[in-house]
Order: sequence, then structure tokens, then C-alpha cells
Amino acid sequence: MAVQLDARPPVAPAPRPTRPGLGNRLSRFDTKYSPYLFVAPFFLLFGVFGAYPLAYTFWVSLHDWDLLGAEHPFIGFDNYTQLLADPDFWHSVVNTLGIFVISTVPQLLAALWLANLLNRQLRARTTWRMAVLIPNVTSTAAVAIVFAVLFGREFGMINWLLDHVGVSAIDWKANRFAAWVAISTMVDWRWTGYNALIFLAAMQAIPRDLYESAAIDGAGRARQFWSITVPLLKPTIIFAVIISTIGGLQLFTEPRMFNSGTNAIRGGPLRESQTVTMYMFENAFAPHYNFGYGSAVAWLLFALIAVVAAINVLLLRRLGGGSRKEVSR
Amino acid sequence: MLTFTRRRLAAVALVAATALLGTTACAGGDDEAAADGPITLTVDVFGQFGYADLYQEYMASHPGVKIVERGTGGNLDEYSPKLTQWLAAGKGAGDVVAIEEGLLVEYKANPQNFVNLLDHGAADLKGNFLDWKWNQGLTADGKQLIGLGTDIGGMAMCYRTDLFAKAGLPTDREAVSKLWPTWQDYIKVGEQFTAKKTGASFLDAATNTFNTILLQTAGNANGYSYYDTDNKLVVGSNPAVKQAYDTTMDIIDSGLSGKYGSWSEEWVSAFKQSKFATIACPAWMTGVIEGNAGAGAKGKWDIAQIPGNGGNWGGSFLAVPKQSKHQAEAIELAKFLTSAKGQIGAFKAKGPLPSSPQALEDPAIVDSKNAYFSEAPVGKIFAEGAKSLKPVYMGPKNQAVRTEVENAVRSVELGKRSPEQGWTDAVANAEKAAAK
Repeated sequence: MAVQLDARPPVAPAPRPTRPGLGNRLSRFDTKYSPYLFVAPFFLLFGVFGAYPLAYTFWVSLHDWDLLGAEHPFIGFDNYTQLLADPDFWHSVVNTLGIFVISTVPQLLAALWLANLLNRQLRARTTWRMAVLIPNVTSTAAVAIVFAVLFGREFGMINWLLDHVGVSAIDWKANRFAAWVAISTMVDWRWTGYNALIFLAAMQAIPRDLYESAAIDGAGRARQFWSITVPLLKPTIIFAVIISTIGGLQLFTEPRMFNSGTNAIRGGPLRESQTVTMYMFENAFAPHYNFGYGSAVAWLLFALIAVVAAINVLLLRRLGGGSRKEVSR
Repeated sequence: MLTFTRRRLAAVALVAATALLGTTACAGGDDEAAADGPITLTVDVFGQFGYADLYQEYMASHPGVKIVERGTGGNLDEYSPKLTQWLAAGKGAGDVVAIEEGLLVEYKANPQNFVNLLDHGAADLKGNFLDWKWNQGLTADGKQLIGLGTDIGGMAMCYRTDLFAKAGLPTDREAVSKLWPTWQDYIKVGEQFTAKKTGASFLDAATNTFNTILLQTAGNANGYSYYDTDNKLVVGSNPAVKQAYDTTMDIIDSGLSGKYGSWSEEWVSAFKQSKFATIACPAWMTGVIEGNAGAGAKGKWDIAQIPGNGGNWGGSFLAVPKQSKHQAEAIELAKFLTSAKGQIGAFKAKGPLPSSPQALEDPAIVDSKNAYFSEAPVGKIFAEGAKSLKPVYMGPKNQAVRTEVENAVRSVELGKRSPEQGWTDAVANAEKAAAK
């Protein structure tokens, strides 16, 4: 008689799985696939309006593509080599970066300061907070037209005011640096409030006890701002910088509307305020109708934005690094 | 549980369907209403074509047709890229589109975008247009007619009598015309005007005057400006271009220009604030002046002869893009609008000078006066020279090249370049633009 040492207690064989009912199958399908269906609209739209134009633009940039022409011969990277040696393109890059720097830096600092003010106990707080967003909801074109008139050489209000304090009239449109400044004020006027609200939202998530203990330790308002608020806001600041980089380097409406008259897309007779997007438009559409070359400009602009955004993020990481540790200690 | 799942599934399906709808919705919608309803013809124009009354008349006699006009008052610089995009995309353009003569050359190089009007009986209309205007509408091989001529740009000099009086100059149009047989005389008058310190400049912008002088000089010389008739770029070697440039430099050098960049906001303001006394005005410019200077300046403007001799600046055509869904109806409308009658109607409304010899002889034109311009006999001033007018040939990249030369002139005007540097820029940049 053998002893079955490993005898297992008798177990009833598992019941064969019966065919799942319709409801059951639907429910499994539901849990498995419906999330994909829910996120699908974004990707569908992105595919149609984002990825496809991107790929198509690249395809176009490899051709000698006269917008009206019936034939578009393939020319490889000729457009790019030509573009890299094109002084007018680099001129527009310098303009764009110049306008970007003198608009974005003061803008983000002002937004930070404004958010800090709005974060205090104020009467009619919501009203103030809403008010800073007003410039952002006005139409860019309308703003640009108004500013273009304000910055007029002969009939502009700014020159009129300058005249009262004894400064002689500045030809805002014909002087490269003056044009940058004028366009930057438009950008700042429009976007400072927007960024301030983003900063404000992030500030409100900072625990109040940090400030309380800092106050007990004897830190003043300014010290609290630089040692608590700013470091804890770093992710938000990085977000704002990236968004501003993308927007700033694609600047089009403001400089385009700032210039008016014949061939305004050129940004002045010597391209004083022509940004890269304007240069792209000038080549892809009037007066050159060279779609391939314009597309190459678009791709280089894409690369430029990626590089500048990366540089900004790296710089910010480094800048904020030390003080953050101090706070979290 | 089951009902819950069903509901969620329904939601998923709904979201997916909405997304699909969203992506396809923009693709549909361009089909016209049912064939038996009235058809809509869209007419794309820029500036002032003066067609409003003509549309009414046409719709009254063609009950099946409704006409919609787009782009009135718009700038040519904004209009032309749009039109080009519509043509390139194969949809979006109107059934009848206006094309300015400087851009026509580029469209003629790609005639496949347009209906060949010669296939639709347009050849019979040849006699209704000045010869050169008709020929401009033909492709190089003469086999396709792209557009029917609307107006031409016979030249005159518009001036403000109030500012002339202030400066002690004659105000009567005959006397003013006698002041400036040549451009050098014009400069002398300008210097006298400037010396009187009226607070206004003598002219609006050097670029406007430059275009006028160039088209006049080129028309009187060999008949071409930036390109010769073999489509070779001759900016640097054509004496007509250099001569016009040098005359313009003299004008700038004498400090006559108000430097209001043409068509800019400042230019418009300068009209309103009577900041300059003269402006070179092709016939179509009279409508622009009236629009910019406004009702307040009515009767303060008048029209004299242009210095130098004749010249043509501008003028347009009406074409029918192949993408039009109602080509036959569109062609008929274009023929109506460019008929002598249509051109007379447009002239009366907004001042563009007819390109039809019959219209130019019509008493309705010859005897017409313009109340805004102190009852100046515009018909006589513009129509008289029109028949002997010498057109200027335009090459393939005329617009791009012209832009470069204009910008060079403007950079000198603004004191950013010396005349010599400006000329070097003009030639070099023009060559670059032509190669693009």
C-alpha cells in the first residue's frame, strides 16, 4: 500500500468557464478600450492639425515649390543650405531673439511681482485679479493697430509725450532698436496679466505655515519672496518660460500690424522689425510665392524654438537649484 | 450594471462620433444649394472697383444670380497672397477675381489656374479694349486670355488748393499745370512751397513719385522697366530705372517728401491732417484720396497735369478661376463688368479710368467732372491722354523686384542710406528677389 505523501485534498475541478454573457463582454471591452477612445479625439485632432501639417511642411521644404506652379521638382536640402547662408534670414532671427529678450524678461518679472501683490489681502481681490487678464482678451490685431498709432512718428501719442519732456521725436518704425522696444511693449501689455494669474495660482498652493515660520525667524517680505515664493514657483516659472518662448519666437501679429503700408510684411525698408514668421510669410506668400523656401524657414524656426526653450530650462534649473534646497531643509 | 455599461458605451461612441464629425465638418459645406435655386457668384476685389450699382442692375436682369463682393477697400498687399493661396489650394477663390497688372504676369506664367476666356467667345470683344490692355491679358504664346481689362492708370497730379494758396502759388489747375512741364520744374515749385513753411510737405512719399516717374520714363523710352521683353532682369542696366531713381533722389535731397510710407497708417493720417500738398495720382488714386482725406477736404483738392509726359500706373483685370463652380455665369458677369457700359459705371462710382476706347470717347466720361476735386474735368484730364498712353512691360517677378527697389528708395528717404548705397541695395536685392 503506497502512501501518497503528496496527496492533495481532493479538489473539485474548477468549473469550466461558461461563455461570458453579452453584458460581461461589453463590460470587459469597455474597461479595456474605452480609455483609448476617450483620449482618441485629441490624438485624432493632433494628427490632422499638428502632425500632418508638420510632415507635409517638411516634404514641401525639400522641393522647389512655386505656390502657383504646376510642377514642384525635388531638390533635397537645397532650400536649407540656401537659407543658412541667407543674411536676411539671420537678420530676422536676431530681430526675433531681440524682441523676445526685451519683452519676456521684464514681462515675467513684472508678472511675478504683480502676482505677489495680488496674493495679499486686498479689497475686491477677485476684481483686481480679473482685471489683470483684460488685456489678454482683447484682439491682438486691435491692440497692435492702436499701438502702431501710439508709436507713430509724427502723429503718435508717445512722441507727443516725449516732446513735452524735451525728447526729440523717435522714428519708432525706422529705427531697429526702437521698433523692438515698441513691439515688446505690445507683447508685455497683453501677456503680463496672463502670466501673473498663472503665477498667482501656483503661489496659492504654497503652504502658509512656511511664511509664518519664516516670519517668526525674522524674514521680511522681500526675503520671504525670494527664499520661499520664487523657489517653490520654479516649475510654474519654467512652464511660463517655455510658453513664452514658443509664443515669443512665433511673434507675428504684433510686428505685422505695427508696420503698415506697402509690403508691411518686410517690417520696414531695411527689415527693422521683421520676425522669423514674417520672413517665412514673405517667402512662402507675397511677394515671392516660394512655398518650399518658406517651409524651410518654418522648420528652422521649429528647431530654433526647441533650442531656445531647452537653454531656458537649463538656465532656470541651475539658477533655482541652490535656494530650493535651503527651503526644503 | 448592464445599463451602466451600455450608457458608458453610448458615451464613448458619442465622443468618437463627435471627434470624427469635428474633423470632417470643415471638409464639407462648399456645395452650392440645390441647382434650381438662385446661384451665388462671388467677386473678389481690392481697393475701390465701384461695382455696387452694376451688381444691382445685373441681378435685376438675371433673376437666377446673386452677387456677393468680397474685399472692397482692402489693400492689394493683403489681397494678392490670399488669392494666390486660394488658387494654389484649388478652392476658396471667388467666381470672378480682380487681378492687378503687376501680378498678372505671375498668374499668366501659370495659366492652368484660370478659364481660357478665348474658349468662351471673348475674342469677339477684342475691339472693346485698348490694344495693349487686351494683349496684357494674353499669355506669352497668345493662346489663352486670362483676364478682361477693367481700368488703366492714366496719370495726373492731384494737389491741395488751400495749401497752394497759403504758399502763394497759383491755385487754378491750368496755371498749376504750367508750373511744372518737367520734374525738375516740379522740384523748383516744391522748393518755393517748402520755403513758405506752411506746415505741410510738398509731396506724400518718395516711393509714390518714384513709381510714377519710372513708369512714365520707361513708357516713353523702350517700354520696359525692371525686365526687358525677353524677361531678362535689367534693373541695373536699364537707363530708365536709373534716371527715375536719380530724379527721385533730387526730390528727396530737396527735402520735399513728407516721408509718409505709402498706404501706411501715417499716410492716411497725413491725408486727414492735410500734411502734404501734392500726390502723383493715377486715375484710380482719386477714389483713394477721397476715401482717405474724407468729406471735410471736399473742394480743397484739384487735379493738374503730371510733370513729364503721360505714363500709366496700374490698372486691373477680371479673371475666372478654373475652380469656379459656375464658370459660364461667372464669364458672363465678367464680360458685363468689363463692357464699355460697366467701365463707365465704375468710373462714375469710384474713378477708375476705362480701358475701353468706346468708354473713353463716351460723353459720360469725357464730360464728367469730379465734385470732390473742385469740379475738375476728370474725364478730359484722364481720358485725353489715355488713348496715346504707352504701357510698360512687366516681367515675371515684377512685384518682388519692385518691392526691393521701393524699399531702397524709402531707406534713402528716411536717411538710412546714401543715394549711392540705396542704388547698390536696389540692384543687389532685386537680383536676389528675382532669383527666388
